[in-house]
Amino acid sequence: MNYTAALTLDEALAALAAGARPVAGGSDIVVGARQGKAQLPDSIVGIHRVAGLDTLTVGGDGLVLGALVNHATIETNEAIVRGWTALADGSALVGSPSTRNVGTIGGNVMNSSPAMDTGAPLIVLEAICELRSKSGSRTVPIDELWTGPGRSVATPDELLVSITVPALPAGSGSAYIRLEYRRAMEIAVVGAAAMVTLNGDGDVADCRIALTAVAPTIVRARRAEAALAGKAISEETLAAVAAAASEEATPISDLRGSDRYRRHTVGVMARRAVEGAARRARGEHLSVPLNRADGIGAPLAGGSA
Amino acid sequence: MSALEITLQVNGVPYPVAVDPSRSLVSVLRKELGLTGTKEGCDDCECGACMVLIDGQPVNSCSYLAAQVDGREVVTIEGLAGDGGLHPLQQNILEEGGVQCGFCTPGMLISATALLAANPTPSEEEIRIGLGGNLCRCTGYQKIVRAVKRTADELAKA
Repeated sequence: MNYTAALTLDEALAALAAGARPVAGGSDIVVGARQGKAQLPDSIVGIHRVAGLDTLTVGGDGLVLGALVNHATIETNEAIVRGWTALADGSALVGSPSTRNVGTIGGNVMNSSPAMDTGAPLIVLEAICELRSKSGSRTVPIDELWTGPGRSVATPDELLVSITVPALPAGSGSAYIRLEYRRAMEIAVVGAAAMVTLNGDGDVADCRIALTAVAPTIVRARRAEAALAGKAISEETLAAVAAAASEEATPISDLRGSDRYRRHTVGVMARRAVEGAARRARGEHLSVPLNRADGIGAPLAGGSA
Repeated sequence: MSALEITLQVNGVPYPVAVDPSRSLVSVLRKELGLTGTKEGCDDCECGACMVLIDGQPVNSCSYLAAQVDGREVVTIEGLAGDGGLHPLQQNILEEGGVQCGFCTPGMLISATALLAANPTPSEEEIRIGLGGNLCRCTGYQKIVRAVKRTADELAKA
């Protein structure tokens, strides 16, 4: 195996153009080799020290995350916890403290797993990815990035360099929640993210919902959104969101769950994500990650869950 | 497959080594440097026995390329005890009975070190999250969590 360490973006892009694969924290590519999923590539370029790729800025464009920003930073960054909470919910659930330290947002996104915990948050937050190669740069909306498990529209010589997440309108909140069997070193059985904007009457002016681990990629659930848009948050609309999300899911059976179990539980996750996002939109404080917040999953007053 | 000349800075000591670039950090620590305190458990990033600090942050060294650690600061379990004897975490895990077979202990204490550096007054819940990447099949965790809590309390008073 050939290894080089890039110190600048140009060096990294030149290495990719020559056929190398990028490694930052190695929590997918190196761990995958240890687990026997795939051998290490013949040629690797370490990008963990590339100058400028680890910056996080909050400004007029919203949030701009360099590809090397890690989950530990995202889960604790005050601006992200306040303004893009669903993303903090997702990063806070990844692996263990070690995984969240070495694992980067760029690696998580480009690994293109349908079970990734940052994918559904980034879809409901309408993130834009910047892909760079020796020959140029292009932007791709995140919901057009993934084409299947482990696959994306990026060509082998392209590197994800940054992710831009626009600021949400006033009166908005976001949340991500997953079904898990244990509280650490876990992969989502299913999950859901929601972004909800409330109007002055407390009804839903705008919403987006995305589902985790129920399709070949993370998917947006437009019928579940339609069941909620323009309505009040009530037992009736939440039940309609859950039913629509379950209908839209096309899960597989594997060792973490059967297709029928996933189809049912993703609806439950969708309604909990919507409830969490709506409560945050009203200014209520709910812990990050939402999975650890008190009272999540409890029935609404007077309703049945 | 050409060897790569790198320098690992481990517990304050520079170690120039030539390694195959596919080698994991734990294998170089144990086989080239003779630092066998760091354990190889699952060898695929599940159990945390191989936990070390790189630039102060916890890393599973079984699944991290030694090549990527060139020029960075590594702390292993051998680096915890100072001239004055055992680190308080080491002393307290002994006194609380948090060691049985001992295989997870180095990794546990490295994760606990990272936790207390970031959060000197953790709640029990925060300790459990901080040790979430470390498996122990003997103790049931209670005595390990107690040892970390006791260390935090002692260091807060000191």
